[in-house]
Amino acid sequence: MGRELGNANFMTLTVTKLTIARGGLPVLADVSFALKRGQALIVRGPNGVGKTTLLRTIAGLQPSLGGTVSCEQDQIAYAAHSDGLKAMLSVTENLTFWAQMFGQSDISHALATFELENLADRLAGTLSAGQKRRLSLARLLVTERPIWVLDEPTVSLDIASVAMFAAAVVSHLNTGGMALMATHIDLGIKEAAVLDVTAFIARDNLTTGASDEAFL
Amino acid sequence: MKALLIRDIRLAVRAGGGFGLGLAFFLIVIVIVPFAVGADTGLLAKIAPGVLWIGALLACLLSIDRLLALDFEDGTLDLLATAPMPLEATLSVKALAHWITTGLPLVIAAPILGVLMNLPTQGYGWLVLSLLLGTPALSVIGTFGAALTAGIKRGGLLLSLLVLPLYVPTLIFGAEVARRGAEGTDVSTSILLLAGISAATIALMPFASAVVLKVNLR
Repeated sequence: MGRELGNANFMTLTVTKLTIARGGLPVLADVSFALKRGQALIVRGPNGVGKTTLLRTIAGLQPSLGGTVSCEQDQIAYAAHSDGLKAMLSVTENLTFWAQMFGQSDISHALATFELENLADRLAGTLSAGQKRRLSLARLLVTERPIWVLDEPTVSLDIASVAMFAAAVVSHLNTGGMALMATHIDLGIKEAAVLDVTAFIARDNLTTGASDEAFL
Repeated sequence: MKALLIRDIRLAVRAGGGFGLGLAFFLIVIVIVPFAVGADTGLLAKIAPGVLWIGALLACLLSIDRLLALDFEDGTLDLLATAPMPLEATLSVKALAHWITTGLPLVIAAPILGVLMNLPTQGYGWLVLSLLLGTPALSVIGTFGAALTAGIKRGGLLLSLLVLPLYVPTLIFGAEVARRGAEGTDVSTSILLLAGISAATIALMPFASAVVLKVNLR
């Protein structure tokens, strides 16, 4: 695939009337948006509104109550709150493993983008929280997948690292990638549109309040 | 697939990976049985196949709850579920890695520990063969149990209660092969049934495991 991601010119991520549920109760209803190549969408909304659930549903980790998510198979690289790193493996071993899982082998580009070369032989368990986060974001680059679905990607990153991450997203968009992120800080990415999911809060959820937490 | 297998084995042998946990447990059980039962060599020889099989089964069970729980806690399972490899294959590879790091060492250690249990000479080959055929089934069934309890913190008790009944057929026919082998009687029926159980679980269990894990990842 190389640096030019994906091959279909019409490749988009289209979400139509998606209704999602957490713990069996609907949290967001009728969410619709479309994402084309080179576009980014930032999902905003207060805590507990269902941002994570929305991203997990789009990534295919949980079923929706209704509506459709259409994109080509195996195009999404998902990154969650947790880093998904193995403390007893080195930075290189962690990245190489994910590269191989996604059928890739080159990790030097990912190491360079997130300035991890000096840490390459350190065990992931000995990294600081911010360094772990950078390693976890570097994983996105080795997957070579065009659609990034990121849940709070900037947690525990300092200002310099946030800029590093924003640059990585912009270069990803420039090579024809897409990004869907839930984040509260301003990344300064001019291509990014904002989707405030507060407008889609499910009516059932409004009447029952926060009782869905009991089912978690 | 190879990457996942190598990673799991590498993690198992590194510090805190749990390699040797099952083996050490097996060793301890078999060493203390003669102390508890007494020095009656005839009696020891009689119970040897059964005790060796119980030891191996419990040693397997001991390490099963680490199989998916650690990957669940640090978020790796979510990422593996979105990787191009189907979840069925992922779980089969993880079961294989578990067998290589837990089951295989037990198979190798069993004849040495058989000496401590005064196992009759003709029984060693059958003991090793029965464990070689039976322990893969223990790993695959254990993976199913681990997938069922993946979302539960400290789910070890529930896992044991769920998995032990599923282990019973393997135990019955595995120990039967080892016992008949030690006595020098015909083993063909029980060895075919043992091999059948292993083949069926290896072929079918990963599908069940993948389904319950998908439910647990929600």
